[in-house]
Amino acid sequence: MLEIKNLHVKLEEEDKQILKGVNLTVGAGQVHAIMGPNGSGKSTLSYVLSGRGGYEVTEGAATLNGTDLLDLEPEERAAAGLFLAFQYPVEIPGVGNMTFLRTAVNAQRKARGEDELSATDFLKVIRAKAKDLQIDAEMLKRPVNVGFSGGEKKRNEILQMAMLEPKMCILDETDSGLDVDAMKLVADGVNALRDAGRSFLVITHYQRLLDHIKPDVVHIMADGKIIKTGGPELALEVENNGYADLLEERV
Amino acid sequence: MTALDNQTEVRDGVDRETVETVQSMAGTYKYGWNTDIEMDYAPKGVNTDIVRLISGKNEEPEWMTDWRLSAYARWEKMTEPTWAMVHYPPIDYQDQYYYARPKSMDVKPKSLDDVDPKLLATYEKLGIPLKEQMVLAGVEGAEDVPAEGRKVAVDAVFDSVSVGTTFQAELKKAGVIFCSISEAIREHPELVKKYLGTVVPPSDNFFATLNSAVFSDGSFVYVPPGVRCPMELSTYFRINAENTGQFERTLIIADKGSYVSYLEGCTAPKRDTTQLHAAVVEIIIEEDAEVKYSTVQNWYPGDENGKGGIFNFVTKRADCRGDRAKVMWTQVETGSAVTWKYPSCILRGDDSQGEFYSIAIANNYQQADTGTKMVHLGKNTKSRIVSKGISAGKAQNTYRGLVSMHPKAKNSRNYTQCDSLLIGGDCGAHTVPYIEVRNNSSRVEHEATTSKVDDDQLFYCRQRGMDEEEAVALVVNGFCREVLQALPMEFAMEAQALVAISLEGSVG
Repeated sequence: MLEIKNLHVKLEEEDKQILKGVNLTVGAGQVHAIMGPNGSGKSTLSYVLSGRGGYEVTEGAATLNGTDLLDLEPEERAAAGLFLAFQYPVEIPGVGNMTFLRTAVNAQRKARGEDELSATDFLKVIRAKAKDLQIDAEMLKRPVNVGFSGGEKKRNEILQMAMLEPKMCILDETDSGLDVDAMKLVADGVNALRDAGRSFLVITHYQRLLDHIKPDVVHIMADGKIIKTGGPELALEVENNGYADLLEERV
Repeated sequence: MTALDNQTEVRDGVDRETVETVQSMAGTYKYGWNTDIEMDYAPKGVNTDIVRLISGKNEEPEWMTDWRLSAYARWEKMTEPTWAMVHYPPIDYQDQYYYARPKSMDVKPKSLDDVDPKLLATYEKLGIPLKEQMVLAGVEGAEDVPAEGRKVAVDAVFDSVSVGTTFQAELKKAGVIFCSISEAIREHPELVKKYLGTVVPPSDNFFATLNSAVFSDGSFVYVPPGVRCPMELSTYFRINAENTGQFERTLIIADKGSYVSYLEGCTAPKRDTTQLHAAVVEIIIEEDAEVKYSTVQNWYPGDENGKGGIFNFVTKRADCRGDRAKVMWTQVETGSAVTWKYPSCILRGDDSQGEFYSIAIANNYQQADTGTKMVHLGKNTKSRIVSKGISAGKAQNTYRGLVSMHPKAKNSRNYTQCDSLLIGGDCGAHTVPYIEVRNNSSRVEHEATTSKVDDDQLFYCRQRGMDEEEAVALVVNGFCREVLQALPMEFAMEAQALVAISLEGSVG
């Protein structure tokens, strides 16, 4: 599904290397977790894959089902099936949540040469999916993320994911700022979307999210590289001993 | 909850429409075509002979000719105002045509086959339905053909003359008079005499005075007491001929307890040379009457290097003469190279209300200096101003507003909200509020914000699948939402699309 080879990335504005040769392969239907200390390059990886400006790829490649991602505009990557659940979802005043999502869904359908979803069909689908995430009709009408609580913003990200039905989902610290109940709700939403044709890359600081979203593979990232890869037990190791041991091991 | 959901559905539909329209238009000025029609011109320049000629062409009575001539005498002594934050090369008022009319108007056509096909093509491009096209083209008996679809009575003003008004018969049944102002001067002189120039006197300002002398046509509306106008009234203004000024005059009278909603749309072809437009709109609202006046102004704004475009100097004013009279101005200003326009409300009657909702978009080298005046004279009067200014490219956008509470305007209230949005780093937004309060029981509130369309918002939209232009349109339409909601439905859709088109090429 997602294949990253020797990816080197620096900031566009300054001469600062952030990713220093990332290698990662996520198979179809798999859930991979990336853990690591602050500043290790986890969020940068998610931004570079989704095409945010401000970064320059100096070496390496990233493909989604064989398509070169780095060559595409952000919206083309989205239409190809890449979705990023933002760590800090952005507010768009005056634009209703539902309007936003319908515009997005139809933009992607159009880009893929599919028919647009009619207003009634869209409404049917979004109501059902919103219900599962305990998002009420009121929240669907409010402007995108404006005045949403931390939990509401993250649930809204998952709703968008459910509506857009991406193939490759990147969750950037989706657990940050969530209490236990909210985290469970978000995790249930993610788990409901797991299937053989959809993969996940879950970026997190803490192991607790992985109690709810069980990963197949866990990677530890530090200083712009993946320094260790293992099974779910690796996350528990980090939980118990912190990153210090792993970092020392590397030296 | 169901009702609310339905609303959302409708609004959703509008947004989708916007996006489709924008993409289909691929971001160019849609109304930039020029119709090659044989025109009758008066000689270039303005003087008493030209004023007499215009008056003569309209078959006006002597009192009207005198009215024009006295305005002209006054105008000759006036100087152009310079206080607005707009810069443009000096206008040579003697190098303009003040009167142009399609030749085909001279003889009344018998059927659509006799009408200059180019004129018809023009209407078609403007989206005017066939039946209305027939009436506008002056086809004999067109009024008797049953109309289909939406009911909006249209008056079209093509360069200097009104070319026809639709649905006249049906309006007549309700007692509403909707015709060109030249017809009103001939057919309803008592009404015109009573009201013309009472809201915007011929001495008002340089451009209004010029208009009083040379206005060639425009629309006239009279709604009798207690009548709710059965349909929306609409005027299309189009400047087609080159080097031609358009000076239309609109007079709307809402008699006691009546209601009317009026829409005004404007387009002009792409020209390298600038064109002058100086209109006057007067609205009189009597006791318990209500008028809604909506404008979508889409004059040609000039090209991306600032060449050509319309100079738009407009005086619009509503007088709430009676108690509990209400007026609402809504404007979407996307066009013109220079805009100088302050639709105002005189709140004379006790408990009268004035509202002003505005979206002004300036892209490339456009300059807009626009706002409103709320003059509170009566007790318990209320006004509300919501202004959304959007600047992109190298454009300058100024909100200029006056709120004045006179000593007798006890317990009056005003609320002003003035938001500016900047796209890119080379444009400017300015807010110039004037507030005068001369009694101690009134309240005035003013809120102003300035923000930028930020990259995070655009990236968020694009990550979800929208392209950059769609993303900008969505964010800007969100910014304008309160004003778009104040527009009649059909206009709101057109306006949303326009917002997106006007900002084409403003990012990236």
